[in-house]
Parts: sequence; C-alpha cells; structure tokens
Amino acid sequence: MIASRRPKFLDLSKIRLPVPGLVSILHRISGAALFLFAGVLLYLFQESLATPDSYVRFRDLADHWLAKLFLIGMLWAFLHHFFAGLRYLLLDVDIGTELRTTRAMSRGVLGVSLVLTIVLGICLW
Amino acid sequence: MVKHVVGAHYGLRDWLVQRVTALLMAVYIAVFVGILLICPPQHYGEWRGLFESQPMRIATLLFFVSLFWHAWIGMRDILMDYIKPTSVRFGLEILVVVLLAGYAGWAIQILWSLG
Repeated sequence: MIASRRPKFLDLSKIRLPVPGLVSILHRISGAALFLFAGVLLYLFQESLATPDSYVRFRDLADHWLAKLFLIGMLWAFLHHFFAGLRYLLLDVDIGTELRTTRAMSRGVLGVSLVLTIVLGICLW
Repeated sequence: MVKHVVGAHYGLRDWLVQRVTALLMAVYIAVFVGILLICPPQHYGEWRGLFESQPMRIATLLFFVSLFWHAWIGMRDILMDYIKPTSVRFGLEILVVVLLAGYAGWAIQILWSLG
C-alpha cells in the first residue's frame, strides 16, 4: 500500500494553516460562538424593544465596559461569519476558485471583518 | 456487483437550506443596515417603530427562522465532526434543537408583543 508509507505529520501546533484554512476554521468558531450566545443577544434585543423602562435598562447594561467588550466580540464573530459566508456562496458559483484569487479573497475576508470590527468598535465605545 | 451506499439522504437538502437561509439573512441584514444608515433611530419610540409594521415583523420573523434553521445545520455538522460517542452526540443534538425551537418561540413573542 502506497498510502501507508506516507509520512504522518499531525502536530496541530506546528502545521501552518493556509489562509483559506484559517478563514474556514474561524468561520466554524465564530458560528459556534454566535450560537452559544444567541440567547444573550435575543435577551438584549427583547430588553431594547419591550418597554421604555427596559430600553433604559438595556442602554445602561450596554454602557458597561464588559458588555461593550462582549458586544464587540460578537460583532467580530458576526462580521467574520458574514463575509466568509459570502465568499462560500461565491465559491459555490465558481467565483474565486483560482489559488491566487482564493488567497486574496480569504485575506480580504479576514481584513474587512477585522477593520470593520475595530472601526465600529471605536464608534460604539 | 454494485455496492449500494446507504445514507439518510438529507445531505443535499441541508446543503441547499444552509445557502438559502444564508441568502435570506444577507438580504435582510443589507436592508436593515441600509435603514439604520439612512434614518438612524434617535430614541426608543423610533427604534420600536421600526418593528411595528406588519411587513417588517414578518421579514424579521423570516430572518429569525432562517437564523435558527441555519444554526441547527451548522451545530449538527460541528457535533458530527467532534463528538464521536453516539449517545452523547444525540443528547447534545436534542439540546440544540430544543434550545433553537425555544428561541424561535421567544422571537415570535418579542415581535408580536409590540403594540
């Protein structure tokens, strides 16, 4: 068997992930994070809408630096998941499947979501 | 002799659902961000007013249903990849379904309790 003579190298801490691989695992991690905190986000949405009093409570809560940090984290998770998702939809219709373009688009996804998170984060702080 | 591959045959449907729900959410988000940019709500009344019209409520409900269906497929894929013991995975899958179904009911309650 040829397959059995192939060298095995599965040390995850030493494998250098290509950029599209990094976008892919971050897509998974950001999606899981959004799922895990969906209940908190839904609760905040409810507080912001229900009554004028709950709206004030929501504003006060969102004003806390810990809440802001959390929301900025969620913002990054959303933006990365969103833009990486758009890239996958483009890949489905065969746009960006060349090695050069797929790398460029992956860097674009990482960059745009990070920059937007920083800019919006500063605006919201 | 032809060897038949047997499976649950939900793969292609879920693949499609994942993309259709993603597109629906992307359109909703684009419109919503557009509304926020053109006329940002200045106070509670305006923010609430956004969700009071029936079309907006239906669109938002459609967004939430897409979101939770999308999350179910994604979480199931993650659980299938990392949780090998069938009983543990099954238990977690049930937990995810119950949680997401509950969120869907909660989202309806939030939207339809507005005036």
